[in-house]
Amino acid sequence: MATQTRTTGGAPAPGGSSFSLSDPTVRAVVYQVLVVGAVVLVGWFLISNTLDNLARRSIATGYSFLEREAAFGIGEHVIDYSPKDSYGRAFLVGVLNTLKVSIIGVILATIIGTLIGVARLSSNWLIAKLASTYVEIVRNIPPLLQLFFWYALVSDGLPPVRSALNPIPGVFLSQRGLFVPAPSADPVWTMMGIAFLVAVVAAYVLRRWAKARQARTGQIFPVGWTALGLMIGLPLIAYVAGGAPTALDMPTLKGFNFVGGMVLSPEFFAILMGLTIYTAAFIAEVVRSGIIAVNWGQTEAARALGIPSGPTLRLVILPQALRVIVPPLTSQYLNLTKNSSLALAIGYPDLVSIANTTLNQTGQAIEGVTMIMGTYLSISLSISIFMNWYNKRIALVER
Amino acid sequence: MKSGILAAAAAAVVVTATAGAQAATLDTVKSRGFVQCGVNAGLPGFGSPDSAGNWTGLDVDYCRAVAVAIFNDPNKVKFTPLSAQQRFPAIQSGEVDLLSRNTTVTLTRDTSVGLNFAPVTYYDGQGFMVNKKLGVKSAKELNGATVCVQSGTTTELNLADFFRSNNMSYNPVVIESNDEVNAAYFAGRCDVLTTDVSGLAGTRAGVAPVPDDHVILPEVISKEPLAPAVRHGDDQWFDIVKWTINVAIQAEEFGITSKNVDEFVNSKNPDILRFLGTTPGMGKALGLDEKYAYNVVKKVGNYGEVFDRNVGPGTPLKLERGLNALWTKGGLQYSAPFR
Amino acid sequence: MTDNVQSVGLPDERPPANTVGPIAWLRNNLFNTWYNAILTVLVLALLGSAIPPFVDWLFINAHGLDASSAVCRKDNSGACWGFIGEKLRFILFGTFPYEQQWRPLLTIVIFITLLVASCDRRFWKPWLGLVWIAGFLSVAVLMWGGVLGLTPVENTLWGGLPLTLILSVIGLAVAFPAAILLALGRRSNMPAVKVLCVTYIELIRGVPLISLLFMASVMLPLFLPNGVSIDKLLRAQIAFIMFAAAYMAEAIRGGLQAIPKGQYEAADGLGLSYWQKMLKIILPQALAIAIPPLVNTFISFFKDTSLVIIIGLYDLLGAGKAALSDPSWRGFYREAYLFVGVIYWIFCFSMSKYSQKLERDLNRSHRR
Repeated sequence: MATQTRTTGGAPAPGGSSFSLSDPTVRAVVYQVLVVGAVVLVGWFLISNTLDNLARRSIATGYSFLEREAAFGIGEHVIDYSPKDSYGRAFLVGVLNTLKVSIIGVILATIIGTLIGVARLSSNWLIAKLASTYVEIVRNIPPLLQLFFWYALVSDGLPPVRSALNPIPGVFLSQRGLFVPAPSADPVWTMMGIAFLVAVVAAYVLRRWAKARQARTGQIFPVGWTALGLMIGLPLIAYVAGGAPTALDMPTLKGFNFVGGMVLSPEFFAILMGLTIYTAAFIAEVVRSGIIAVNWGQTEAARALGIPSGPTLRLVILPQALRVIVPPLTSQYLNLTKNSSLALAIGYPDLVSIANTTLNQTGQAIEGVTMIMGTYLSISLSISIFMNWYNKRIALVER
Repeated sequence: MKSGILAAAAAAVVVTATAGAQAATLDTVKSRGFVQCGVNAGLPGFGSPDSAGNWTGLDVDYCRAVAVAIFNDPNKVKFTPLSAQQRFPAIQSGEVDLLSRNTTVTLTRDTSVGLNFAPVTYYDGQGFMVNKKLGVKSAKELNGATVCVQSGTTTELNLADFFRSNNMSYNPVVIESNDEVNAAYFAGRCDVLTTDVSGLAGTRAGVAPVPDDHVILPEVISKEPLAPAVRHGDDQWFDIVKWTINVAIQAEEFGITSKNVDEFVNSKNPDILRFLGTTPGMGKALGLDEKYAYNVVKKVGNYGEVFDRNVGPGTPLKLERGLNALWTKGGLQYSAPFR
Repeated sequence: MTDNVQSVGLPDERPPANTVGPIAWLRNNLFNTWYNAILTVLVLALLGSAIPPFVDWLFINAHGLDASSAVCRKDNSGACWGFIGEKLRFILFGTFPYEQQWRPLLTIVIFITLLVASCDRRFWKPWLGLVWIAGFLSVAVLMWGGVLGLTPVENTLWGGLPLTLILSVIGLAVAFPAAILLALGRRSNMPAVKVLCVTYIELIRGVPLISLLFMASVMLPLFLPNGVSIDKLLRAQIAFIMFAAAYMAEAIRGGLQAIPKGQYEAADGLGLSYWQKMLKIILPQALAIAIPPLVNTFISFFKDTSLVIIIGLYDLLGAGKAALSDPSWRGFYREAYLFVGVIYWIFCFSMSKYSQKLERDLNRSHRR
């Protein structure tokens, strides 16, 4: 509206060089100058206060502390960490812990959410009701409360470490978490990982080739099955070629705690459970509305064209449902990642918790909070950028 | 609307100007009418509110002492409960005038956090508490233990240092709130609870379901001199806090208590006369009432009284004087002379 | 042909048993296919094994409201409602002075009445705003006291459900106008205004609420001039307002986008100014469309107030947790979380049902 100039009776002719507030173009400029001016003024006010306060109390500033020795311990770390390492590395450990719980949480929540979403549409009354009860209960209770509940259930409800439950040989469940046997370290595991990556690349190339061939000759190549075969087969070959090691690292009670094997700590379990169960309820709703959004006529039309039911789902239904599902689904993924910051309340060392410790130890609150916000913003922004790209890709092409 | 924002911004600028002019904390406190004191939200013996909201504890009593020094009224103080995380920003920003929250004096806090520490009010050290059932007799036997510790404290760092220097491993469970740390320990999530020995005693006395099930190990792995702190940049205010704390120690050394202080007003000892303000000079130098020391002793008591009332053998904490005895009795509590 | 016409009606026959009635219902809804039949049996078995123990725990073996913790610990096969009996007032009202607790109780009643009354569309009149302001004023008087012979109560003592309601409802009320401005700014033609609004909204939505609370708790004091301080509760409230404004702005933007272009053009054609156009033509329609998403924002906002526990305020969840830290009642977390959870659930569930109903009503009027 700012771009059009209106002529009203009695007003000076538009386009004249006279400066008048009733000219929308002028007014827009004045407004913007005022708003930007006010924002700059408030910003300057806050920043000058902060600088003044920092200087007056001789509080240290800057990020040089990131290179100092952290000197505190972290219970769970994906990469090697000891108190000898720097604050920077400690923070990295936190970021990786956040990513770990978020990625696993996203996968589990998607699986559970999809199941529940489909179940809500089930023709079986009992199942549909059960699924909707789940959704209505879970999403109307604060996630933090759910988290506390899961944590209390594990740390208070399970037996002490010395009388750990031992449901399967080698598996121990106690207040200290779930201990399971882990395959002993062996170069084969790395080779299997590489083999899997090779299979993924091969599948991608295969798909392109198959598409081109289909476009050329009309012949369909079973890409899906071949890709699956590659992804399972290649690592399997690597495993056998590596001598098929079967040695397991068994957890055993030594001194205060179980030693060896893999451990799922109560904190990790609680945050994972809390996030998964909570987010799954929202994902269920997203999936349900996505399925409803696709008109039944689409299925009928596809059948009328003689398309088999597999391709109907893959080529007709899913692309349309996904267009509805993916945007809200991504925002749920983002919510899950942001909610993982609740870990602080139960002591899982995520990035917020580590940054919090850092800001306590160094007294540099501004830097600490900026690091938290910066990290989450970069995660959010990268997901948004991906989303925009994806939305453009799947957007309806109107002809 | 826009003009509203402008007006607000302009008003804000005016506020800066006036705030810049008033620098002295003492004047701010006087015009406000009370001391704003940051204390622990719930550490029995040092700072905790009862169910009626009345604050008690050793740290709390020092807040009251400062209030008495300025206003001659132990109730002209308001308490802001602070978490470990909130305490430094609160004192840095001026939200509280005085941080009396079992805070360890360290070099980093004195420099990059921007604090000035008053004389030590409690000499503490970090210890370990374990369940008796574990049969642990020494901290050196804790290899592989799971340890509950509060985040953002010197405790967290000492813990890492102790295990590192003894070549032992441990599994930290680091939680933000003190209540949660205690809850996790008593639920059995950890083998060991670590914090200052006084804090362990307080927790065992006030929080443990059965206090006798838990034992505090003999090792004290760190020095934790706890002291009130003020922010950098106001020497007069720092002096007031420093010399209010010294009053309590000096009074005990003189043998002056809240009960017998009136007998000393006309003492023969010129030191005591100067101290209590019968001979003027000391109070005025600080910008306080000449009789501020008399008031502090009268209304709050000497160091021994404060100690006994809050953490001494007669309280649930049952702490001995130990390092906190006067220097004349083999302890470390020592006041610079009032001269 | 006419001979075949029957002149005597036969008595109405009952429909066959397999198309109506409970058996048919079972057949159609639970056993319509073989896999549904299997699923039904499995689910029934699962429920059969889970529900009776739960009911036992909840009611049959449970100890009453007057049970002491010692009694509960001796026989822990059932819930211990003595915990709730003992801690009810603490969980609901926090550390508010005991003999004054009718004040927070009245606060809760005022808030609920206002919320319920506002749900009725017949009351959507300008005077409703005045009623809300009166409600806020009376809440302020009740909670702070100091006038009308009420003892003053510092806000560090506030807690429990009133704190949750204050943070969420007042946060929402203050954030709402800001959210409208942000939403309008985001759709503005003025590039500088648009960029500022988009930046603000995306910044806030990109970070977790905890980091905003941290900012308010540990950074805000440094932003203010020397000697000026804001208390902890107000700081948390500011963080909530900043947070709510960004999310509500997005809900309102959705409403603005749903208004057909013709409405804008018609308003322009009438020669209305920007604010006339917005206030009289666009916003009334856009806000009506945006109400369901706004209610949903409010629900998540209501749940999110529980995060203040992290900066040391005792809202409903915080008070429930603090009640658990009493040594004699440690370990009764199931009772505590169930009780607090049910309170949250009642609020959130009724709001979400309301928003669904509203959505249907509004859709109906749109279709017309």
